[in-house]
Amino acid sequence: MNWWTTPASDTQVTHGDRFWLYVVAVIIMLLLVIPTFIVIPMSFSGSQYLEFPPNEWSTRWYGEYFGSAKWMRATVTSLQVGVLTMLVATPLGTMAAYALFASGHRATRAFFMLLITPMIVPVILVAIGAFYAFGRVGLNNSISGLVLAHTAMATPLVIIVITAALRSYDLNQERVARSLGATRLKAFFQITLPQIRFSVVTAALLSFLTSFDEVIIAIFVSGGANATLTKHMFSSLRDFIDPTIAAISTIMVIVSSVLLLLTQFLGRRGK
Amino acid sequence: MTNSESNGAASTALPIHIQGLTKRYGKLHALDAVDLDIRSGEFLTLLGPSGSGKTTLLMAIAGFNRPDAGSIRFGDEEVILKPPHKRDVGMVFQSYALFPHMSVAGNIAFPLKLRGVSEKECAERVNEALETVQLSGLGERGIDQLSGGQRQRVALARAFVFRPRILLMDEPLSALDKKLRERMQIELKHLHRQLGVTTVYVTHDQREALTMSDRIAVINHGRLAQVDTPEAIYNHPANAFVADFIGESTMVPLSRDASGSLSFAGQRITDKAYEDTAEGWSLVVRPERLFLADTAGVDPEKTAVFDVTVRESVFQGETAFVLVDIGDDTELALRFGTGSAEATGGLKPGDRARVGLLREDAIVIPRERQP
Repeated sequence: MNWWTTPASDTQVTHGDRFWLYVVAVIIMLLLVIPTFIVIPMSFSGSQYLEFPPNEWSTRWYGEYFGSAKWMRATVTSLQVGVLTMLVATPLGTMAAYALFASGHRATRAFFMLLITPMIVPVILVAIGAFYAFGRVGLNNSISGLVLAHTAMATPLVIIVITAALRSYDLNQERVARSLGATRLKAFFQITLPQIRFSVVTAALLSFLTSFDEVIIAIFVSGGANATLTKHMFSSLRDFIDPTIAAISTIMVIVSSVLLLLTQFLGRRGK
Repeated sequence: MTNSESNGAASTALPIHIQGLTKRYGKLHALDAVDLDIRSGEFLTLLGPSGSGKTTLLMAIAGFNRPDAGSIRFGDEEVILKPPHKRDVGMVFQSYALFPHMSVAGNIAFPLKLRGVSEKECAERVNEALETVQLSGLGERGIDQLSGGQRQRVALARAFVFRPRILLMDEPLSALDKKLRERMQIELKHLHRQLGVTTVYVTHDQREALTMSDRIAVINHGRLAQVDTPEAIYNHPANAFVADFIGESTMVPLSRDASGSLSFAGQRITDKAYEDTAEGWSLVVRPERLFLADTAGVDPEKTAVFDVTVRESVFQGETAFVLVDIGDDTELALRFGTGSAEATGGLKPGDRARVGLLREDAIVIPRERQP
């Protein structure tokens, strides 16, 4: 076999010597992806139950989902919370990252670690904490409570993305702009922001996704009329197995994948 | 005193008066009670080693750091509490800091747009500025399409296009290669004369400072070591730091001879009288002020002559460098022009020679304990 005995490049071993590497890589990729994509054929099943592979094909469960007032309300809640989280976390995280970058203070690293703790602490702890704290001030089962908790989860992501974008930025540009007559705020909006805009959009999409995909906090602090889509899916799975879940999962996989691909694309544009 | 004072355009320039300026970072005094008067239309260079406080001082004038004490006045106006954008100061950074998301013209128009200059006048003044820095026709270029030298010129044009009364530059040429840097030095000096604007220039390159400045302020450890014209700084350094930092020099301690004159190696070094002090005095020997006493008609009344042994003789292109031992393991350096082959006398290591120094050329400074 010709391919088998030719080297990958002039200075590399042959593809044959590398074959085990390709096998391992493919297995790992399949392991990562199959659990996600297995729901897609399941969602097109004609049966009453979740089964794989389906015996008969149908799109009835998509009809079920779009026809259900309960599912639609949960979807609207999720979108609402996602967008609000994005609108709060993006400016907040951007400001924090900028402050850490521009201050040059000795404690910058410590502050950075402090600001990204919500990402490091197990989510269940944040959820329990939020549940009891919100209980005291009546924020459980409210949109604003959920947005607050999700913002805490999304802000560290924004900080990390913007910090990375600012690392290659020359703050002297802002100094020049200020010496040329721009206020600090104007200098930021006219000089700095346009240069990190792709990263800001990426950060915004990621913070939307953080909220939209989140289930643990939602289980604790959302409920009633303001239950999110993920929470509904979770409780549905517990109560009765129904391929509607697979249909919703498929839609969510597509939404998440598109947004992630978009961030990758924007990330490359920003370079 | 300065050539720019006679320039008609100098009416837009402002003097800068700095008094008692102090800036501390923790225990470190980055600026220690600095007093400095910068004349209207003058090209003044802040020269010092890294960490000397020269950039801190420049940033204080620009308004980017708030000193702990002291006063900065532009003309009669106290500016120490003014934010940078209200100071009307043009600024050029070492990194150029051009805005990469704008064209060349967009960069230069930036300060004009902030000042509400009309579209038409804006375009005219951008073209005028481009012409001044010899970049006519490149307005529509992107920043990434420019060479290092061109970027430097755009940064300059952007800094003076709004006719600031003061221009500040923080090592603007240090990113350029040697040849281009030397050409830009002359161009900057020319531009300064043309604009007549008060200019404060920061560098750690003494040759650059000597080339461009009306006056040089030598700064070390947050204090001014000497403020004077390039000639005076070079020929009459006020202390050991300036003597050592500017130009090549060897410093040797002086003693009193029988007649009470300051002398070195048994030779009277100066005719001037210096008082006795606890520290005593040092002689600063510039290599190019020494000459071979064999080859020139030597007047013993005016010249101190030393018997030496040649240690090393090096040809370096336009000059030759000779290291000689004057006895007691004290070495002196000589530098000759290589314009004529006989100037160096064909010296080889181990040769005996006589080296002369004109007494009127002797630089005598107070001796200092080396830190």
